[in-house]
Amino acid sequence: MAKVFTKTKMLTDVPMHYCPGCTHGIVHRLVAESIEELGLQEKAIGIAPVGCAVFAYDYFNCDMQEAAHGRAPAVATGIKRCLPDRLVFVYQGDGDLASIGMAETVHAAARGERITIIFINNSIYGMTGGQMAPTTLIGQKATTCQNGRDPVVNGYPVRVCELLATLDAPYYIERVSTQDVKHVLAAKKAIKKALRFQAEGRGYSFVEVLVSCPTNWHMKPVDALRFMAEETSRTFPLGVYRDKSEEKGE
Amino acid sequence: MSKILLHGTEAICEGAIRNGCRAFFGYPITPQNEVPEYMSVNMPKVGGAFVQAESEVAAINMVYGAGGAGVRAMTSSSSPGVSLKQEGISYIACARIPCVIVNIMRAGPGLGGILPAQGDYFQATKGGGHGDYHLLVLAPCSVQEACDLTYLAFDLSDKYRVPAMILADGMIGQLMEPVELPPMRPLSAIPKKDWATDGGYGAERRVLNSLIIKPEELEPHVNELQRTYELIAAQEKRCEEYMTEDAEIVLTAYGTVARICKSAAKQLRKEGIKAGVIRPITLYPFPSEAYAKAAEHAKAFLSVELSLGQMVEDVRLAVNGRRPVAFYGRTGGNVPEEGEIVQAAKSALAKARLPE
Amino acid sequence: MPKITIDESLCKGCGLCANACPKKVISLSAHRMNAKGYFVAEKVNPQNCIGCAFCAIMCPDCAIEVEK
Repeated sequence: MAKVFTKTKMLTDVPMHYCPGCTHGIVHRLVAESIEELGLQEKAIGIAPVGCAVFAYDYFNCDMQEAAHGRAPAVATGIKRCLPDRLVFVYQGDGDLASIGMAETVHAAARGERITIIFINNSIYGMTGGQMAPTTLIGQKATTCQNGRDPVVNGYPVRVCELLATLDAPYYIERVSTQDVKHVLAAKKAIKKALRFQAEGRGYSFVEVLVSCPTNWHMKPVDALRFMAEETSRTFPLGVYRDKSEEKGE
Repeated sequence: MSKILLHGTEAICEGAIRNGCRAFFGYPITPQNEVPEYMSVNMPKVGGAFVQAESEVAAINMVYGAGGAGVRAMTSSSSPGVSLKQEGISYIACARIPCVIVNIMRAGPGLGGILPAQGDYFQATKGGGHGDYHLLVLAPCSVQEACDLTYLAFDLSDKYRVPAMILADGMIGQLMEPVELPPMRPLSAIPKKDWATDGGYGAERRVLNSLIIKPEELEPHVNELQRTYELIAAQEKRCEEYMTEDAEIVLTAYGTVARICKSAAKQLRKEGIKAGVIRPITLYPFPSEAYAKAAEHAKAFLSVELSLGQMVEDVRLAVNGRRPVAFYGRTGGNVPEEGEIVQAAKSALAKARLPE
Repeated sequence: MPKITIDESLCKGCGLCANACPKKVISLSAHRMNAKGYFVAEKVNPQNCIGCAFCAIMCPDCAIEVEK
């Protein structure tokens, strides 16, 4: 018998700290598998964010830097400009990327930095205990909007892919989801493509991945997947927002 | 070697480039704009990276990335911009990433003014950001020293894995003086950094991090930083002593103010008052021993600053109550004239002579 | 015959594997816990396994290996 599925060596043996059913772990695996399959593990340098994925430096089996909250794209810029032949990937959540780090996010994209950003959107601040995020859905409850996000008081969720797609420089922007097997397989393709585009020197690549947060959404893990399929992806439509390669999807 | 006429900011850039700086990240703010402008032209000439960042915050984090990847990296700014960098500097200090930060100080607080000042002494020497850490702080008083100390800063920062700061008042940024430039150092002559995250996989992988969440691990880490500062204090204190051997009044100042103090000391000697000057070159570590030695014979000290009294606290700690330490300062972008300092010195001496 | 192996020490009992399995091979144990205190995923109908790896694809903790 042959192994048809085994853990990638691009992940360490450290057990991940994520809550049960949180699909962060799936995305870690997709990024790691993609790097391994592209044969780029010796060239990879990752940047971990502040937020739930803060310990990502323990999980990816390559050189890692831990950035200050929101600053990962700037850190990645510093590395990539000095070592242009390395594969520099950034892993950030929605508070990190779309709130405190929005300036770094937009400007790294506007400059067309040859880096890959994996953006985890779970529409909540997970690590700090369920506060409202820039991506919290209208009506969605959080500990700092306990009756649900009210646009009059809290404004509207930020759609990052759409926002970045207004810029000229980005090479590839796609939003994917982890709501079921089919979508996870599609997410893998997008992530691998984004990393490959960087390795080919084509430009800035950005993949937003919708992820569940059963703990702070107060849902069972399986219900949280359904919520992503039915609610999250309505506010954040899946799809390719920029692909300068015009490679046809499979 | 022949000398060439250089602007203070250019001298800083040349000192950096000639000692292997190959990454510069900056953001416009007066009075240091000549640094990023010069680097934007000259960094690419040596194959280095230049990015005009979206903010000072981004610039210091680009330094984190580049320095962490093992490249000699620098950023520069002026007071309000350096305040913005403090978060990043604290992370850099904890992650032990070598780099050089240039602060061409302007008058504060707040947006303040754009003229020379020394109001960032506390911020530079006491840490500046959150947590227990220090920078290695060097204060040039001439264009030549701006070049030489920047050159040195890269070596010291690499050696101790402690971020270094060039703390210069706005006058250094605007002066033009003849400079003898050091030769260009080949990158191959700079020691390799085995800790740098420049691409390593599996057992070879390295992590640069400032999150040490277990108290039993964070305390030893911070203690290790502290031991490094102690080692730096033992090995790297630098200062210039000018006519201090027999001085009854010791003036003390750093940066360009020290030059005015030297003129004042000469004038005082002409008037029969034995005056000397201690000019700290490293502000952290502070060269305390020079003051302790001068306290053997001096009757009084006078700290002269472009602030309302910051370095004077370290002078008092160094003198340790053995002699009175007076203060004279100007702020708001004003610079004291020689005559003001002479008067302040006479007044400090007169007070010290009063019977107790 | 296709086979899955669940590393129970990594399992957090989230049930995403059981939810993804088209052949109802996996179920969460009603009474057996691992050291972390989670009711672990276990094979209840191993003979039905087709080796599709859907369980492993959805497992956030890389706790499942699949052979075919």
